[in-house]
Amino acid sequence: MSDTHIPQPVKKRFLTPWTVVLILLMLHGILWAMIRFFKGIGSITNLDNQWPWGIWISIDVATGVALAAGGFTTSALVYIFHREHYHAVVRPALLTAMLGYTFVALGLLVDLGKYYNIWHPILPMMWHGDSVLFEVGMCVMFYLIVLYIEFLPIVVEHFKGRMNLPGKLARLNALSEKILNLADKTLNKVMFFFIIMGVLLSCLHQSSLGALMLIAYHKMHPLWYTPILPLMFLCSAILVGYSMVIFESLISSRSFDQKPEMNILTPLARIIPIIGVIYITMKITDMAIRGSQVYLLDGSVESMMFIIELGLCVIVPVLMLFFEKVRKSPKLLFAAVSMIIVGILINRINVFLVAYTPLYSTKTYFPSFAEVAITTGLVSALILVYRGIAIYFPVISQHQPVATE
Amino acid sequence: MDRRQFVKTLTVAGGITLIAPRIAEADGHNKEIIDSWKGCLVDLTLCIGCRLCEYACSNANNREVKPLPSYEDQTVFDNFRRMTNNEYTVVNRFPNSKNPESPIFVKTQCMHCNDAACLSACIVKAFSKEDDGTVRYDPWKCMGCRYCMVACPFQVPSYEYYNALAPQVRKCTLCHHIISKQGGVTACAQICPQDAIVYGPREDLIELAHKRIDAEPGKYVNHVYGEHEVGGTSWLYISSEPFENLGFPTLDDRPMPSYTEPIQHGIFKHFIPQIALFTFLGAIMYQFRSRNQNTNSGEQK
Repeated sequence: MSDTHIPQPVKKRFLTPWTVVLILLMLHGILWAMIRFFKGIGSITNLDNQWPWGIWISIDVATGVALAAGGFTTSALVYIFHREHYHAVVRPALLTAMLGYTFVALGLLVDLGKYYNIWHPILPMMWHGDSVLFEVGMCVMFYLIVLYIEFLPIVVEHFKGRMNLPGKLARLNALSEKILNLADKTLNKVMFFFIIMGVLLSCLHQSSLGALMLIAYHKMHPLWYTPILPLMFLCSAILVGYSMVIFESLISSRSFDQKPEMNILTPLARIIPIIGVIYITMKITDMAIRGSQVYLLDGSVESMMFIIELGLCVIVPVLMLFFEKVRKSPKLLFAAVSMIIVGILINRINVFLVAYTPLYSTKTYFPSFAEVAITTGLVSALILVYRGIAIYFPVISQHQPVATE
Repeated sequence: MDRRQFVKTLTVAGGITLIAPRIAEADGHNKEIIDSWKGCLVDLTLCIGCRLCEYACSNANNREVKPLPSYEDQTVFDNFRRMTNNEYTVVNRFPNSKNPESPIFVKTQCMHCNDAACLSACIVKAFSKEDDGTVRYDPWKCMGCRYCMVACPFQVPSYEYYNALAPQVRKCTLCHHIISKQGGVTACAQICPQDAIVYGPREDLIELAHKRIDAEPGKYVNHVYGEHEVGGTSWLYISSEPFENLGFPTLDDRPMPSYTEPIQHGIFKHFIPQIALFTFLGAIMYQFRSRNQNTNSGEQK
């Protein structure tokens, strides 16, 4: 008997005790968002003129985009480098990316003072090539379009040959089938373009997220400020992209009562230590070149956060993943990739918040309850939509034993 | 991963780390300084802390103006003040090391930098450098991302966090609507009873500043703050007290945009890097396409 992987809708109920918790968290977040829309950002956050950016930028945007990197990293692996063995993780990674970036945009609608102007960068009169944030915004916008196009075949696959519109609309079934067939053929032909664009756009915006804080040079702590911060962000995004794919696959299997797909995850995990070594070497070499190692042991909050970020949450798990025993064990593998994900989360928080010291600082920033509630609500909503789509559309590949001939 | 792969990986990583900063900092072009730029010179030895500039400023910019006598309140100086949504300029009091009886009062506001960080950072180009030197904010374009506040090395922009519908960034306007008219002078310079603030062409003000310093060398610190800091600013200061004791940030001459614009210009130069990467990835995709055909024929999946 050998296995084949066919993406199928997951045959599980949407509502479980966990999903009820997530729904409540989501509603809780929406409540606070409503207050923001009626009484202003200041009424519910700890942001002020010293601290213009908080966790909504460092976590919702920066970490959110990093964790969604699995989309382009798996696409590159399977469609550009043709490593077909990993095919089964492409669709879940794509779904994560699609939803991740969508919720980054939704989260921004809460953080932006004039959220209704979020579309302004589309207008040529407001194009600003000098601005790093402009590059981030445009690349994310185009990438979102690419992601939805990349997801389209899954939707087409689900409905093709099964069009069954209710009642009077049934006369449109044939036409719908024609459109779906046309879409199927066209998408097949052009998909290569969007896959490559996806990788290109991702490299651009993952790195420019790192360039964002460079302009605040005088307010940035030497442990994190470096001209190659964009390169480091790109590298860590790739690192956490593969980690997220493995993380989600293991959680998914758990949640949908399936066996963990170790025959895919174990070889996939081998990529992580390689990128990890590149990343760690970059960080340490850069530190040596700029002489910022003097700040490592001065006992400050910054030095502690740096050691936790790199030492505990990147070096340790990357070393762990060099061992086959770790890569083969679902539990140990889950632990290692979780640590890397936490490490990148801490890195983004460090770069945007810990390393940043306002010129006339009278307080340390800590997120308010409402800020945390809205961030949690966004994540909960994302998980719920993921579950819903995985149950309805053919995303998750499940083991299908095939009789040998 | 075997030893050879490991060494190769380390070499690649090390190489990237060494080369990348050179590329990042390559293009350090300076934006040219224009003759028509105006500015204000503040002589900190003259200010008496009457705060009439604050009154005139709020008036001129249609902000909430407090009753005139309230500006005589000296207790406001007990706390360090920053600009707010209604106060585009504030005065702070500092001890005078040369003459403890006579504290030094420092007026703060947007510096209207020659190569402004906020202008470079803004995602929708809501800031513009006008011909008279004003760094002008256009609220119509703004989406409230507050990146300008992150970028500003002087922590100037104030934000209307409690405005739920149309919050704006608030800062000194250099009375652009007044100075663009013939004979117009900034409201603060106009009202100052001590002539501590002089409005005029920036180059003339720098000359004036150095003249005053040279005329009384013992009196002033030999430095015109804003002449070169972050590439130069339109608001200039001369002082008897070292500037770092008066709340001024110690900044070098390098404009803030030079930390990001070289990267932005470099990686998008004629879109060549993008086309190159696209072609490179496409070539790999094409080159390795027969890979899965080979594996398919041999194994069952």
